[in-house]
Amino acid sequence: MSELAIAALRFGLLLALWILIVSIVTSQGRDLVVGRRNKTRRDAAPVTASAASAPAAAGGSAAPEHHGAPAGGRTVHSGPPTPAPRLASTLMVDKGPLAGREIDLQGQALLMGRAQDADLVLEDDYASGRHARLFPQGTRWFLEDLGSTNGTFVNGSQISRALPVGPGDSIRIGKTVMEIKA
Amino acid sequence: MPGVISPPHPRRNVELLLLVLALGIGLGANLLGAIGTEQEITTAYWVQSGVLAAASLALHVVLRLRAPFADPYILPITVTLNGLGLAIIHRLETSNTLANATTQLVWTVVAMAMAGALLWFVRDHRLLRRWPYLFLALSAVLLVLPLLPGIGMTVNGARIWVNLGVGTFQPGEIAKITLAVFFAGYLSANRDLILLAGKKVGPLTFPRMRDLGPLVVAWLVALGVLVFQRDLGSALLFFGLFMAMLYIATSRASWILLGLGLIGLGAVLAFLFMPHVTARFDVWLNAFDRQIYERQFGGSLQVVEGVFGMASGGFMGTGLGAGSPWRVPLNHSDMILATIGEELGFVGLSAVLVLYLLLFTRIMRAALGARDAFGKVLAAGLAFTLAWQLFVVAGGVMLVIPMTGLTTPFLAAGGSSLLANWIIVGLVLRISHSARRPVVVDDMVNASGPGAGHQDPAKLVALEPHRRGAGRRGSARRAAVGGDRA
Repeated sequence: MSELAIAALRFGLLLALWILIVSIVTSQGRDLVVGRRNKTRRDAAPVTASAASAPAAAGGSAAPEHHGAPAGGRTVHSGPPTPAPRLASTLMVDKGPLAGREIDLQGQALLMGRAQDADLVLEDDYASGRHARLFPQGTRWFLEDLGSTNGTFVNGSQISRALPVGPGDSIRIGKTVMEIKA
Repeated sequence: MPGVISPPHPRRNVELLLLVLALGIGLGANLLGAIGTEQEITTAYWVQSGVLAAASLALHVVLRLRAPFADPYILPITVTLNGLGLAIIHRLETSNTLANATTQLVWTVVAMAMAGALLWFVRDHRLLRRWPYLFLALSAVLLVLPLLPGIGMTVNGARIWVNLGVGTFQPGEIAKITLAVFFAGYLSANRDLILLAGKKVGPLTFPRMRDLGPLVVAWLVALGVLVFQRDLGSALLFFGLFMAMLYIATSRASWILLGLGLIGLGAVLAFLFMPHVTARFDVWLNAFDRQIYERQFGGSLQVVEGVFGMASGGFMGTGLGAGSPWRVPLNHSDMILATIGEELGFVGLSAVLVLYLLLFTRIMRAALGARDAFGKVLAAGLAFTLAWQLFVVAGGVMLVIPMTGLTTPFLAAGGSSLLANWIIVGLVLRISHSARRPVVVDDMVNASGPGAGHQDPAKLVALEPHRRGAGRRGSARRAAVGGDRA
C-alpha cells in the first residue's frame, strides 16, 4: 500500500475517534441538563385542578394511568360551585429537622416518611419509613396514616382514617409539624 | 420528588449506531497496526475484531432485554477503549514478549460476560444494599489473599497478585468494587448519624471523634496495603474512594480537609520510612538525572522514555505501528498511555482522555438521576474511582505525580483490571436503567388514593367509618396496600 494511502488511513482513524466523540456529545442533547427544564413528567401533567364541578380531574392529573377510576365523584363534594375553590399548592414545614422547607405539591400525591423512596424524606427519628400520605381529591387534600408507629396528628388529635386537611390545619408527624398553604 | 427525571426514552438504537462506529474504530486500529508493523493481515485480525463485535453486540442485546432504559453511551465508549487497547496490544506483540492480544481478548469476553450476567440476574441494584458487611468481609478477604503464603505472588516488588494455578489475578481490583458497595451501603444507611453531631469551627462542621472511626479504619487499610503489599497506587485508590464517597454522602468539606491531612501524614511517613516510596519520589523529582536514569532497578528509564516517546509522537502521532514504543518497558500495561501518545499523537491521546471524561459524566449522570441514596452514592463513587485511577496513571506517565502501578481502565493489558472495570460498567448500567426509566408517579405509593389496587379508593374512603365499626379497618388497608404492590 502506498505511503499516502496509509497516511490517509491513519488520519481517518483519528478522525473516526473524534467523530465518535462529537456524535456522543451532540446526541446527548439536553440530557446533561439537571433541573427544571429536564423534568418532563411534572410539566406534562396539568398542575392545578380548578374545576370544582369535576372533582375527578384532580385525580386524573395525579394519576393519568387511572382515568377509569370514578374518584371521589360520589363522596367528595366540595361546597358550592362559586367561587371556584382551588387545590392548595404548597406544604410548609414549620417545625422539626426540615423546618422552613416549602414543598410544591403540584396537585400530586405525596408520600412522607423516612424511607429513601418517599416523596418527602423526613429526617425525623420519630417518623416511620412510610409514614403518611397526602393526596388530592377534588379541590381538597386528604391526609392518611399508612400504619405508622407513632401516628399522624391533625390539630393535635391522632387520625385514624383519611381526613381532609386544609390551610390552617397543623399536621404533625414525629417532631415535624407541617401546614398546607393555598 | 427529589432528584432528576430524564425523559423516558430507551435510546437503544442510538447505542447500536455508536457501537458500530466504536467497533469500526477497533477494527481499523487493529488493521492499521498490522500495516504499520508490516505484518500480513491474517484471519487472526478479523477473528479478533469479530469476537469483540460479537461480545459487545451480545451485551447490547442483554441491555435491550433486561435494562432497556440504561444509559446508551456507556457501552460504546467502553467498547471503543477496549477495542483500541486490544489493537495496541496486538500491535506490540512483535516487539514485546509480554504483550498478548489473545489473552486480553479472552479476558475481555469473560469480563463482558460477567457484566452481562450481572445485568441479567441482578434486576435491582438495591439488592446489593442488603448485606453491606458481607461486602466488607469480602473486601478484607480479597485484600489479604495476596499476602497468604502459597498463593500470593510478588511481581516487580508489589505483593498484589495471587496465583490460581491456571493464571494470575489481582484481587485488589475486585476489592475496589466490593469496598465501594460497602461504603455506599454503610453511608446511605448511616449518613444521618454522621451528619447529626459535630463541632462547628468557622464555616466548617467537624465530625465527632467517634464518627471518625470509619475514616481512620479506611486510612489504616490504605496504609496496610502500602506497607504489606507495597502498592502505592492501590493505597491511594482505596483511600481516595472512601474520602470521595464520604463527601458525596455528607457534603461536608471538613471530611476532605481531614482526609487530605491524613494523606499528607501518610505520605510523609511513607516517604521517610519506606525505601520504595522514597525511590518513587526520587524518580519523579529528578527523572532526568543521569544517575537515576541508569539505575538498574527503580530507575527513571521507563517514565523518561515514555515522555520522550510522547514528544516524538507530536501532534498527529507517528501512526500505529510506526513508532518505537519498544523503548518503554511495560508499554502494553502501565505505560500504554505513552504508547498511545506516541503512535496516535496528541490528537489521539486527547480523544482517549475525552472518552474517559464522557464516560465519567455519563456515570455521574446516572448517579444524579438515581432515586435512592445507595444507588447515588455507589454510582458517584464508581465514577470517582474511574477518574481517580485515570488521574493517578496518566499523571504518573506524564510526570505530574510520582509513578504508581495502577492500570489504565479498559486499555491496559490485564485480566483482573478488565474484569473489574466491566463489572463496574454492568453495575452502572443497572443503576442508570433505574435512574432513567419512567417514573410511575402514583402507583407505588398509592395506598388508597385514586386507582389503588383492586379497591375502589372512593369506596374505601366512604366505607371507612363502617369498616371501623366492624373492626376490620386494619386488614382492609393492608389488603389495599398489598393489592397495589401486586
